[in-house]
Amino acid sequence: MKLLSLTGRNLKEGFRDPIVVILSVAQPVFYLILFNSIARSDPAAPDIFDLAYFIPGIILFCFGLLTLFMGLLLARDRQRAFLTRLLVSPLRTIDFVLSYLLALIPMALFQVAACLITGLILGLALNWGVLFSLIVFIPLAVSCTALGIVSGSLFSENAAPAIGSLFVVVITFLGGVWMDLGILGGLFERIAYLLPFAHAVDAGRLLFQGASLGEIGIQLAWVYGYGILFVFIGVASFRWKTRP
Amino acid sequence: MKGFYEEGQPAVLIKNLTREFGRGLFAVDNLDLEIKKGEIFALLGPNGAGKTTSIKMLSCLLRPTAGTAEVFGRDIIKNPGEVKKIINVSPQETAVSLNLNARENLVLMGKVYGLSQKMARKQAEKHLEIMDLKTRAGEPVKRFSGGMLRRLNLAMALVSNPKVLFLDEPTIGLDAKSRRSLWKLIDSFRGEKTVLLTTHYLEEADALSDRLGIIDKGKLVALGTSEELKRKLAGLQTMKVRGDNLNPELIQILREIYPEVIPFEGGLEIKGEKIIFDEVVDLLRSKGVRINWLSMEEPSLDEIYLKITGGGKQNEIA
Repeated sequence: MKLLSLTGRNLKEGFRDPIVVILSVAQPVFYLILFNSIARSDPAAPDIFDLAYFIPGIILFCFGLLTLFMGLLLARDRQRAFLTRLLVSPLRTIDFVLSYLLALIPMALFQVAACLITGLILGLALNWGVLFSLIVFIPLAVSCTALGIVSGSLFSENAAPAIGSLFVVVITFLGGVWMDLGILGGLFERIAYLLPFAHAVDAGRLLFQGASLGEIGIQLAWVYGYGILFVFIGVASFRWKTRP
Repeated sequence: MKGFYEEGQPAVLIKNLTREFGRGLFAVDNLDLEIKKGEIFALLGPNGAGKTTSIKMLSCLLRPTAGTAEVFGRDIIKNPGEVKKIINVSPQETAVSLNLNARENLVLMGKVYGLSQKMARKQAEKHLEIMDLKTRAGEPVKRFSGGMLRRLNLAMALVSNPKVLFLDEPTIGLDAKSRRSLWKLIDSFRGEKTVLLTTHYLEEADALSDRLGIIDKGKLVALGTSEELKRKLAGLQTMKVRGDNLNPELIQILREIYPEVIPFEGGLEIKGEKIIFDEVVDLLRSKGVRINWLSMEEPSLDEIYLKITGGGKQNEIA
């Protein structure tokens, strides 16, 4: 009851801010339409403009924005003493962290739905892989939200959005959203595959192209492993910052 | 209360409470204090005196480096969870959720303290009414004025029906009218709730508190009722006289009776622990003084405060 109440509050704080909704949903949909338009106008456009190829990347971009918003929400709650008020209540650390994580899951689902529906309208082939892709995207959303908790716990209301923006740039770059990681090659490619983002995008692309779950086992292991690690780091940073 | 509190014990018992930030920098230094059940106690002091740090420790947000405190018998270090169930805090900042409306903010706080949906709504409606926010209850609070936000801030601390309420500078930044309306509300808690409020408004402490403590550089430097402190600490009454023929001989006689006699243009200021009005008037008249104007002033809390805190922070006292 307590957890759900706080989750509901965090959800409302996000969804009632028109900027958040515009940036996190309308912006990716705009990119999808734009990329698709480029692909249609130039038959020789590279694979990156193919719907099945760029939708998983755009979903990663959406989740990067969740990190930014999560960081901002938590940093604001911390600095404006709303969190102080809650910390005086009998809530536990895990209640706080879960309430922030759970609040952004509906937002993430909404983003995924917006991207997939737009994709289907634009001509994405519907197959089981598209539906099963949630198995990759949900832990990825949890990872990004957990990193938002880290950012909101450690940085100020002014610094958290800047850190979030930087994070969006880095994960989309290292996730191979805007270009094939093979082009980067060398060190950058190796770093990219030491993190979960490129694995998540690859898994999404494979599923969209009809791969089975068994074929993305390695990528899933990276995504889930990092998901657990990021949640752990999120809890630890929140706990550290709010300890008496 | 079973197992923690026995009737007659202090509601808040503070024992050598200390918070040291770094080597030798004490925000709160060996604070000892007892607050009775149902009492409104004001902790008065300049900025940085340790008022907020004390409240943070009492509300289990900050761990003391030494000493402890009990709230209705519950130890803030050993049983913070139990303490949190019976207290609430109205922080110095307006700690509200800006994209929620006033009703949602209040219901949320009720639920966070374990009230059912029905009870939380009931409590919310009650406090919207008390705080005169009912007509704007459905609006996002980011549209509220400073006074409305302050009232909501206080309501959010009340909605869980706490036994002990910590109010950190509850009227800071409010205009005189809004401040007085909040005073009226806080005054209504007397006997019902135990209230510890911090303030640097002297008249607020004077008007609201049953007892007050003055804290300076982390130490409690004065404790008592407003009247007791005025009597004990300020000590001096002041009589101001304006008149003709206030000659040096008269001033000399007065100086033999009262410790301070300060002449100014066309008048005299006499300070003493107990000035007998008739005695001074008779003396002045017997020496041929024609009195044009005369006033007697009791010591004020401001004088005590400035005397205790050295007056160095005078500008910080509103």
